[in-house]
Parts: sequence; C-alpha cells; structure tokens
Amino acid sequence: MSYPEAYRYTKEHEWVHVDGDHAKIGITDHAQHELGDIVFVDLPKSGSKVTKGHTFGSVESVKAVSDIYAPVSGEVVEPNPLLSKHPEKLNEDPHGEAWLIKVKLASPSEANDLLSAADYQKYIGAE
Amino acid sequence: MIKKAIRHIVQAEPLLFEQSSPGKRGYQLPELDVPVVDAATVLGKGNVRDEIEDFPEVSEFEVLRHFTRLSTWNYAIDLGLYPLGSCTMKYNPRVNELVARTEGLAWAHPYQPERLAQGAMEVVAALEHALVQITGMDAVTLQPAAGAHGEFTGILMIRALLETRGSARKKILVPDSAHGTNPATAMMVGYTVENIKSNDRGMIDLGLLERVVNEDVAGLMITNPNTVGVFEENIKKICQILHDKGALVYMDGANMNALVGVARPGDFGIDVMHLNLHKTFSTPHGGGGPGSGAVAVAEVLTPFLPGPRLKRQADQWAWNYDLPQSIGRVRAFYGNFGVLVRALAYIMAHGGNGLRQATLDALLNANYLRTLLEPYYQIAYNAPSMHECVFSDDRQAKEGVRTGDIAKRLIDYGFHPYTVSFPLIVRGALMIEPTETESKRELDLFADAMISIAKEVEENPELVLKAPHSTRTSRVDEVTAARKPIVRWQPPARVSQAAD
Amino acid sequence: MLAATGLESKEDLVSYLPADVRLKTPLDIPHGKSEYEIIEHFKQLGAANGDGYASFLGAGVYNHFRPVLVDTVVSRGEFLTSYTPYQAEISQGTLTSIFEFQTMICQLTGMEVANASMYDGSSAVPEAAMMAVRITGRDKILIARTVHPEYREVLKTYTQHQGFPVEELAYAKSGQLDIDDLRTKLNDQVAAVIIQTPNFFGILEHVPEISSLVRSKGALLIVAFTEAVALGLIEPPRDADIVVGELQSFAISPSYGGPYAGIIATRNQYIRQIPGRLAGETTDSNGNRAFCLTLATREQHIRREKATSNICTNQALLALMATVFMSLYGKEGLRELAEQNLAKAHYLASKLPLKFDAPFFNEFVVRTNGSSPDQINSSLLNRKIIGGLPLGRFYPELADCMLFCATEMNKRSDMDVVAAAFARF
Repeated sequence: MSYPEAYRYTKEHEWVHVDGDHAKIGITDHAQHELGDIVFVDLPKSGSKVTKGHTFGSVESVKAVSDIYAPVSGEVVEPNPLLSKHPEKLNEDPHGEAWLIKVKLASPSEANDLLSAADYQKYIGAE
Repeated sequence: MIKKAIRHIVQAEPLLFEQSSPGKRGYQLPELDVPVVDAATVLGKGNVRDEIEDFPEVSEFEVLRHFTRLSTWNYAIDLGLYPLGSCTMKYNPRVNELVARTEGLAWAHPYQPERLAQGAMEVVAALEHALVQITGMDAVTLQPAAGAHGEFTGILMIRALLETRGSARKKILVPDSAHGTNPATAMMVGYTVENIKSNDRGMIDLGLLERVVNEDVAGLMITNPNTVGVFEENIKKICQILHDKGALVYMDGANMNALVGVARPGDFGIDVMHLNLHKTFSTPHGGGGPGSGAVAVAEVLTPFLPGPRLKRQADQWAWNYDLPQSIGRVRAFYGNFGVLVRALAYIMAHGGNGLRQATLDALLNANYLRTLLEPYYQIAYNAPSMHECVFSDDRQAKEGVRTGDIAKRLIDYGFHPYTVSFPLIVRGALMIEPTETESKRELDLFADAMISIAKEVEENPELVLKAPHSTRTSRVDEVTAARKPIVRWQPPARVSQAAD
Repeated sequence: MLAATGLESKEDLVSYLPADVRLKTPLDIPHGKSEYEIIEHFKQLGAANGDGYASFLGAGVYNHFRPVLVDTVVSRGEFLTSYTPYQAEISQGTLTSIFEFQTMICQLTGMEVANASMYDGSSAVPEAAMMAVRITGRDKILIARTVHPEYREVLKTYTQHQGFPVEELAYAKSGQLDIDDLRTKLNDQVAAVIIQTPNFFGILEHVPEISSLVRSKGALLIVAFTEAVALGLIEPPRDADIVVGELQSFAISPSYGGPYAGIIATRNQYIRQIPGRLAGETTDSNGNRAFCLTLATREQHIRREKATSNICTNQALLALMATVFMSLYGKEGLRELAEQNLAKAHYLASKLPLKFDAPFFNEFVVRTNGSSPDQINSSLLNRKIIGGLPLGRFYPELADCMLFCATEMNKRSDMDVVAAAFARF
C-alpha cells in the first residue's frame, strides 16, 4: 500500500491530511498490519478536543488494545461513522475510507513538523 | 508420537433451547399445604409477568444427558496435567467436596443466631489461624471472594492507613511483570499506576526502585516468587526501601505454592498480601470460579480489616461489628464459606509437615521439567526456578512458530496449554507450573510432548501452525466473535428479523 | 528426578534462598489427618451449627430445594476441576453452558445481554454503579434504603475512593421507595439510581414510574434483586438500564454466606462497558458453531489499569448450578415454584401483624406489639424454629419489627407455631 505524499506522518504511526484549517487523521498501513484483525475502534464524540501527543481513542484487536495519539491539536468535527459497524475497514483501507476523525485544527501549521511520506517509510523500514 | 488417550466418543449436542418442547419440565414440587393465592389479586395485575419467553422446557433426563455430553468436551485436572503458570492446578481432593456439603454447614444461613452458628464460626477461626501460621503475618480476613477482590481489599487498607497518617499519597508502583489485576486494582482505589521495569534477571531493580520511591508513593505491589518463577532475593531490602519512605508493600500471593512451609512473607517485611485459596489451597476452579482471596496483614493494618471480625466471648464465638477504623465490607456476609471449608480440610489433611513437603515436591517437579525442556526451549532468565519455569519462544520464532501455536499443538498431545504470552516482559512467553500432585509419569509425557513439538517446529512447522487437529472444535474465529458479539441465543425467526 | 535436575536432596531446591528469609521452624499446624478424621471433624462442626431447625429467614439468602441433579452435574470432574475456558477448543462444555446461562438470565430479567456472572449480588451493585459513571460521565449515585443494607455498605466501600458521592433515598409509609424523595434528590449530576425489587422488605417497587422519572434527568436506572425465584412470577424490570442480582436461590447452598453467584445484565448498547467474562457464539475453522470468551479487551489481563474492573474470576461452577436448576424447573416450573412461595408467605402473613401494606412476594415485615423480636425468636427456638430477622440492627426506626420469609420449604405446621407465638405475646 502506498503512503500518500500529501499526508504527514508520526512515529506513533498516525497520518494527518491537512485541508486548510481542517484535517483528517488516521492510522497507517504499518500500524494496522501490526495490530492484526481489528475488532473495535473507540473514537471521541464531535465537539471534543484533541491535544497533540495525547491519546484520543483506541483500536482493539482480539488480544490487545492500542491507544491512538493525536498528531495535532484541534476539535473533533466528526468521528468516522463507517468504523462502528465495519471496524475491518481499518485493516482494508487505513489511508482512505477508514480515516478516524475529522478535526478543525487549533494551529494549521502544527502538521508541518511531522514526517513526510518518504521519511516515515524510511522510519518504518529501519524499525 | 502421541501417547496420551484421545476421546473416541464426541457427540453433537444442541443448546437446551433447541431441544425444548412445550409443557416439558424436569422437576416436581410437593402439593401445597396452604391455600392457593391468585398472583394478580395480591400483587396487582401489572406486576405479574407473562410466561418467560423461550425459557427451556426439557425433561430431567434430557437435562442430565445435555450436561453430561457438554462435560465430555472439557479438559479438566481430573483428566490430566494443566501446566498453567501461576494457576497452581493441583488435584482437588474429593473429601473436601464431601465435607463442604455437611448439612449443618451447607444449609447455614448467615443471619442465623450466633449460638446456632458456632460450627461455622469455628471453621472461619481455624482457617484464619492456619493462614496466619503459614504467612507469618498477624491477622487474616476471609471476606474477599477472589484474588482480585483480595487485592482491592488490601490496597484499600493501605490507603486507609496512610490517610490516618495525613495523606493517602498518589501512586502505586507495579512491576511490568505483574498480573493485570494489580494495576486494575490500584486504579479502583483511586491511585495512579507507575510501572517499573524489571532487570535482566526478571527481578526488581533495586537502584531503580530507590530512585522512584518517594513520598508520592503509597506502595509497591509485588509478586514473590515473581511471574517468571524466580524468588526476589532482595525482598527484605525492597520492603525496607518502601518502609523508609513511609510506603507499604503488597504481595500478590498467587505464587504461594512455592513458599508454604519454606518461607513466610511476614518474615520478610510484607505488610499485606492475598492468597488464592483456589490455587495453593486446592479448592476447585469449577470452570472459572468460585475462588476465595484471603488477605493477611501485618499488625499495623489490623485496625482496617473489613468487618465483622470474630471475637471470643464467654467461651463462644461472636461477630464483632465495632470496628471504627475498618474499611467496611467488600461483600455481603462473611466470605466464600463453602470454599473456606475446602481449604481448611486441605490444610488439615496435610498438616504442617505435609504442607512443606508439598512445596518441595512442587519445586522439584518444576525444576525437573525445566531440566528436560531447557535443551529445546529458551529459558527466559538465568535464575533458579521455584514452582514454575518460564521460557520464551525465541528459538521457535525463527521458524515462524510462536508460543500460541505450540500451545495449540500441545492440545493434540492430550494436554491443556501452558500460560501463553504472559508475563509480558518475556518475548513469546511459555509459563509452566506442574504443581506437586503430578507424577513423574505425567511429567515425562508432558516433556516428551513438548520435545516432540520442538522437533516438529524444525521439520514440519505447518503441523504446529495449524494445530489443533484432533479436537472436536478447531481454532475458533475470535475476530468475528469480537466484531459482532453474539452473547445469547435467539430463536431463528427473531435472528433473521434482527439482521434486517 | 532429583538426579536429572542435578540436585542431591529436596532441600537443595530451597537452600539457595537467603538465609534470613528461609523458615527454620516447622509450621505450627497439627499433624496431617486421615480422611475419616476430617469427615468426623466437620460432622461435629455441622452438628454445632443448628442442624435440624426450620427457618423463616430470608433477607438476601433463601431456603429453596436443591434438585438432586444439580450436584450430579457439578460433581463431574470435567466441570468441577476444569479451568477458565481461555482455550476454546477444549472448553466447549463450560463455554456452551455459560452461553445458555447468559441467555436464560436475559430471558428472566428482560435485558439484552448478561455476563458470565459476578462474585455475588452485593459486589455486582458497585460494578453497575461504576458502569453508569463511565457511561454517563456523571459521578453521583442515589440508592434506596430499601436495597439490602449490606449491599449498600459494599457500595460505600467501593465508591469511597473513586470519588463518587452516594446518597440514600428514604422509603415511604408503604414500605416502597419514597418517590418524592427521589424527585427532590434527582438532578443532572446523578449517574444512576439504584433500587431493589422485591426490596429488602419483600415489597415490589413501581419500576416503570421510577424509571421514567430517572430517565427524565438523563440518569440510568439500576435494578437489583436478591430473590431470583421472584422473577418466575413478577414482571421483570424491563425499563432498567442495568439489572444486578443474586442467584443463590437457584440451587446454591446458603453455606453461611457464600460462595454465591451474582449477575449483571444490561442493554446491547452498553455491552462494552459490562465487566467480567462474556461467552460469545462464533464459528470454528470448519464452519461449525463454537463458543469462546469474547470482548476480552475490556478485562484486566489486557486492559490492565484501563480495565472496566479488576475482576478476574466468575463464579462458573455456581452459575452452572443455577443453569441446571433453571433447566429442570423450566418455563412452567419456575412459575409454579414462585406461586408456591407466594402462597406460603401470604398464608403466614395473614396470621401476623404486618407493618406495611404494599404488595410483597415471599418476605414481609411484621410488627411485634408490646413484645420484642428477640422474645418471639427465643420462644420459637425452643420449638426448633428460627424466626424472622429482627430489623433493629439495620433500621433503628424498625427496632420492633422483624422480616419473615416463607418459601416452598416451610411447612404449614411450623407457620401455625409462629402464628401462635405472636398470639401469645
């Protein structure tokens, strides 16, 4: 699976796709692969705040739970409604239709500090 | 070659609801010797229910056959070894079942007049006394219903004590090797959890401990021997470090089977600990419970014990509710009394010397297995094992086979798996505790099976990866069970409606 | 074996332990006893324990016949000595029976999902309260004084350090929850309201009315029961958000207070908040129906400090006793059993001075006019009858009252003796 150039990435395996002062956040293909079959995704409600570096939800496989860390700060506009009924989509299309949340960014330039697609792939290649 | 017996009869058996037939029942009540009463009249029509929809309707014989057939699908201690680490799956003596059913004890109501409950109270007193001897602590409560419940009780008492000293403090230290109940319990008592990393021998790092213990630390939860089966040789020093900073030490007694008669936690400075009566003291697991989590405390914590406590009054036992500093009750009534009877019977049967012998036998069995398996499996830590030994799947992982797969293949050899992937500090852990009640013959069969599997991993890994092959049920789809949980039966018509 | 491990004697297994921790004296426990001596010992203890008395005690623990088949089933080694069903392939017996148990509890209580049992009814109450706190994000709990007093004490112990304030609700002259008091205390900080029906006085509560009031403030309604047999006849609390209760009545020996089996049941939407083990239906790799423990990520062994609870054990063997009991009585039998209880209790009640006049199931509160509960009970003990529970220890305002329970096991002749005792005083 390819890592879109337009996205930014974190070492905790999240991606951000900025669009003006809004953004979509998700987890990477590498992450879903490590987690195995995903059974449940716990996401925050619209209107809640997310803070860069802090957890905002979790992803569960049968035997493990992983926290998801916010790569940027902002307010949740919408959690992805697809994932409550179809958590398996997160395994199938983590960069596309299985985004986790849409946020209104607190500070749109925050994402610039994150890794590029090339740097992220180098990072996971090196892991 | 698989040497153990495999069942030859495996019957299909539907659920009770699928066998039901209207009007069938399995029980007959006596005729009423008082006038019949109309429920709608005395209770009010709105308070009377319609029939219990879809409740089973089967005959007595159908009930018996149903559960008998179901039972044949279970593995059990009565069938063979359970090498589960820290579970202490020893023989469950049947005399204990008999005495627990003694009529005067089994039918005793917790509120019956104390002068008619002296026998029951004597059981409680005797067991408390025996456990004080065994743990070297100063007092015991038998109220908690299970190990985790005992942990909750113990940490609550620590908190209560610290509050009398001015501050409950903020956090509990938990080694990264600890059982999951430990951090979960700390949270329930309003503490945050700080994990401390084990050293390269799987034990507590003294230097690290000294650095992290400060006046924010209420206590340390420690398991000894720890979850890799190794005795914390610095235990006295560990307790001292905590005590010097006004903190306390909680010991998870799940591994007490390694210590009974050999060492006493009270002697090395432990302030409070729980015991799992369903582990060390042989009470049956029953498929997942009941248990009993006796809690033993040092003198400093005795005022905080849950109430009521037994007291001696003019040659009789009585329940004392006047305990101003008690943390309160952790459950109604006095404890899992039926389990206490079994544990007491076990202790009586062994006696002091017998208990110590049992411990030595448990250690011997574990070390014997370790010796046989070490050439084939990577021992996790180079320290002497006590009652259990822990390996990692490092060698097998090279062929793409993990501990979970080996465990499933073990089933084909007629054994229950060992504890898989715990403790978390060991990569791909295999945690093995045979207990003292296994004979050399059973141990040899087990070792042979494990060695055979190690060879299969090299020569034919697919066989292991796709195991088990011989069971009625093959690997279950846990993913779908978690994605779309179905946790009750529904009649077919209603299922298809719900799916729409 | 010693030779294989390279040791000289068994003592070598422990001689490496630090000298200052090794125990040097034998345990002060008498020499091991034979099987016969142990049986005799407990026989004596049983005899010293009020053997052969008729009893009218209820108050959370009930005397009901235990069908013989119950012990036959649970004595099978495959049930008695098996471990928690983590390995589904070799635990289908336990898992299937848990699935049946969960189903029957839903059918009985009117809820949609039930877990594989809690330690007991009393500890299920704070677990339900914690669920409500997690679900609503609020922290206050209201609990009726007509909930079993010891259950309320347990709630207090659990909540004192998690920062949830708990307030009690009064009862009205009828013996039921005082709805006005509820109305006054209910606000939008309340996470849950906890009631019991039949309540501690044996009286039925107005669940639908209480439920709409509770719901109007966005709180959850938790309904508890201690007498499971009542559910054979009375309308279950379908309006509850969470039901908790005690199954001791279903073939679990009174056994001086434990072990018992509690239940927690709720609506589908809260399934991920429910504590404890859950058995789920699935398929195996051959496409056959199979059961396994599921949603384990809620639990302590995975979630650790973020778990829904620290609970590890469920009361599997006792839940199995209850399952066998429910299967034997079945749809009609459970109702008939409940009807017999109703008849017995109402016969006895018709002969005694009642304190409350609201509808009750098989327990009721009696006044002692002029005499005292202890006097009545003393005279009954002389006739080898254990009378009702004097309520003064739990309700000082009811110090002249007692709680009587009559089940299918109580004989009319004994009830007539009780009536005569009251008539005398």
